[in-house]
Amino acid sequence: MSGEQILVVLATAIASATPLVFAVIGETLSERAGVINLSAEGTIMFCAMVGFAAALASGSVWLGFLAAAAVGALIALIVAFNAITLRQSQIAVGFVLALLFSDLSSFLGVPIVRIPGPTVPAMPLPLLSELPIVGRLLFSSDVVVYASYVLIAITWLFFYRTRAGLMLRAIGEQPNAAFARGADVIRLRYLYTLIGGALMGIAGAAFSLDFKAGWSFRHTGGYGWIALAIVIFGGWNPLRAAFGAYLFGVLQSLASVAQDQFQGVPTQVLNVAPFALMILFLVLTSAGWLDRLLVRAPASVRRRVLQTLRTAPPAALGKPFVQD
Amino acid sequence: MNVELRHIHKWFGSVHANDDVSLRVRAGSIHGLLGENGAGKSTLAKILSGYITRDSGEILLDGNPVDIRTPTDAIRAGIGMLHQDPLDFPPLTVLENFMLGQAGKTLWLDHRSARRAFLALAARFQFDLNPDAHVSELTVGERQQLEMVRLLALGTRVLILDEPTTGISAEQKMLLFAALRQLAAEGKAIIFVSHKLEDVEALCDEVTVLRHGRVVGTVSLPCPAETLVAMMFGKVLVEPAKPHTARDAVALELHNVAIRTELFDLHVPHLAVHRGEVIGLAGLEGSGQQAFLEACAGVGRLAHGTLRINGQDLTHRPYRDYLAAGVCYVPADRLRDGLIAGLTIREHVALRAPRGFFINHAYTAQLAEEAIRAFNIRGTPDSRVERLSGGNQQRTQLALMPSPLSVLLMEHPTRGLDIESTLWVWQQLIARCQQGTAIVFASSDLDEILRYSDRVLVFSGGRISPPLSTTTLTVDQLGHMIGGKF
Repeated sequence: MSGEQILVVLATAIASATPLVFAVIGETLSERAGVINLSAEGTIMFCAMVGFAAALASGSVWLGFLAAAAVGALIALIVAFNAITLRQSQIAVGFVLALLFSDLSSFLGVPIVRIPGPTVPAMPLPLLSELPIVGRLLFSSDVVVYASYVLIAITWLFFYRTRAGLMLRAIGEQPNAAFARGADVIRLRYLYTLIGGALMGIAGAAFSLDFKAGWSFRHTGGYGWIALAIVIFGGWNPLRAAFGAYLFGVLQSLASVAQDQFQGVPTQVLNVAPFALMILFLVLTSAGWLDRLLVRAPASVRRRVLQTLRTAPPAALGKPFVQD
Repeated sequence: MNVELRHIHKWFGSVHANDDVSLRVRAGSIHGLLGENGAGKSTLAKILSGYITRDSGEILLDGNPVDIRTPTDAIRAGIGMLHQDPLDFPPLTVLENFMLGQAGKTLWLDHRSARRAFLALAARFQFDLNPDAHVSELTVGERQQLEMVRLLALGTRVLILDEPTTGISAEQKMLLFAALRQLAAEGKAIIFVSHKLEDVEALCDEVTVLRHGRVVGTVSLPCPAETLVAMMFGKVLVEPAKPHTARDAVALELHNVAIRTELFDLHVPHLAVHRGEVIGLAGLEGSGQQAFLEACAGVGRLAHGTLRINGQDLTHRPYRDYLAAGVCYVPADRLRDGLIAGLTIREHVALRAPRGFFINHAYTAQLAEEAIRAFNIRGTPDSRVERLSGGNQQRTQLALMPSPLSVLLMEHPTRGLDIESTLWVWQQLIARCQQGTAIVFASSDLDEILRYSDRVLVFSGGRISPPLSTTTLTVDQLGHMIGGKF
């Protein structure tokens, strides 16, 4: 592969990963607070439709994003009300919503199938876009892509550098202990689930107004499930989750670019490669051989490596908070 | 700060957990709250710290009524509580735990000044805590120290401690008591909730005794122990005497055995436990007692050596052969290893049924009723085991033990139980010995070990002492040996 081709693969990867970044950050936020929003598949698909329709009707892509975010938050509100207030199974409710809203998008989206509509205008950043390689790769796209970079950085800073972020990690871990320290667990869980849902809505709009502009049946098919898997792969850490999204993007764009390069390899192989890799990674990091490999390493190194590779879900993930 | 509670009531369903409780705690004093399990001590402590909300009653601080309904209210009023199971965040670091919930002027966490404040406070009480360690690596005692430092940094003037001496080492207890005396001398009010008479006697200036949710009375210490026991239970309790029950026949025999644990290998050249005999396993927690018991129970594997039950070689045999030979293992973690949380007493009885595809509901219900009556369990056949109190869970475990039994292996048979339940448990165990059961038990309570064992094995630094007869052994000698001198 030539340098030019590699650059094309990477640029495509970033473009295709951008909607995913919004989705995985949103889901990470929600799950860190202890609520699994399993409706991701339905939310993203439905909001892609809503975003496109709103932009079409109003003529403004930004109103499209706003509408998608609002609807994403509304679907998350259903999840939150069931999970937090009614203390129902988050799995059951989320799953049903995923099915419901992906079908609803097909039903309600009929009038706008395959018609041209507005898209996010390109906006190369002055100066930065003229940098060699990185300029073309990172800074020659549009506002939505730049916003995803900022989102990753802000989420990381929020998680690990602010008091509110520390409390967010706390309520998903030991809500009782967080309550004893004065946190309003219920309200915070609602808040983060809604923000997470809004980000998933934006992910849908980033799809239908930017990455693959337009609307067709099951336009974003599969991306919600992928986002849920990447959150686990990312160990509920925004940086790692974003890395997972980009890795997925690279493998996806390899699949399309490299079709003529590797004639003998069926495209399906590259299409499913990300999932196989994810499973392999999780198996390898959780298996006992890692301990054996690290047995001779100094304790501090061993601890550091295990902590980075081996992650555990928030302890209270999926469990309702009951104050005694 | 002086604390006064007036006519506090709290109902849980039909249970009147706090019934017209009134209490005064002077600033600069350590006030004990004594009572058996379920007496309403923890409920009262949680009400004062805002963790649960009272149904009625008044709380006054320095004579001014304050309405405490949430932990935030309590923190603002200067009240802090150390919960029985430390309410902290195991995956986070010590420093992050310390910062969580601390007030701050900015959005950002200030790691540097928090670290300074943390180390300064910890040093004041000689707490040796590494701010970068993860809480999951800490012992219960260290987590408690972390919570205390955190609460003091919040400006706590009334410190409540709920059963703080359960599960911590003797040294940590000394540090804790020293810290509490120091805090009282600084004018803080300390409320010390405990069911352990000796701790209350050693530490407190005054003690209020609760029974069945009501205040029995408040007395100044020192005061005769019999008075306090009578107040706690409404009657005088008698310790069961341990008769000589050991016989000639050998129930459990280990020969040239090695047991591998994560940290060290344990060796036992030869040990023969006789029928009816009681062997106590002493030592700091984590010195291999659990691995030893698991190996004897057939749950863990022997690295080498032979193990015989009633003369039958069971080395490397599957666990069900041990069960068939009359071996029973009662682990310390009742809800994790012993009972099945989520199932009822009757379902536990049904699980024990030897054969048959269907469950005979009438029959298991009847068996469960009988067990509940015989073992004095406070619950019904359809009570789920995780809802029972610790003492009643232990009674349920004992009720589920098969009969006859050759070897009974127990870890902390009376941990967390009140005096009455403890005595009751030992009555049952002694009755088992009289029927010829050999008992091997681990305990961190040296008095318990000396009182009930015929012989003692001391676990220290990866080694096991030869069996020592308790007829001449004293607590002091035992303490020295646990320190590694044998």
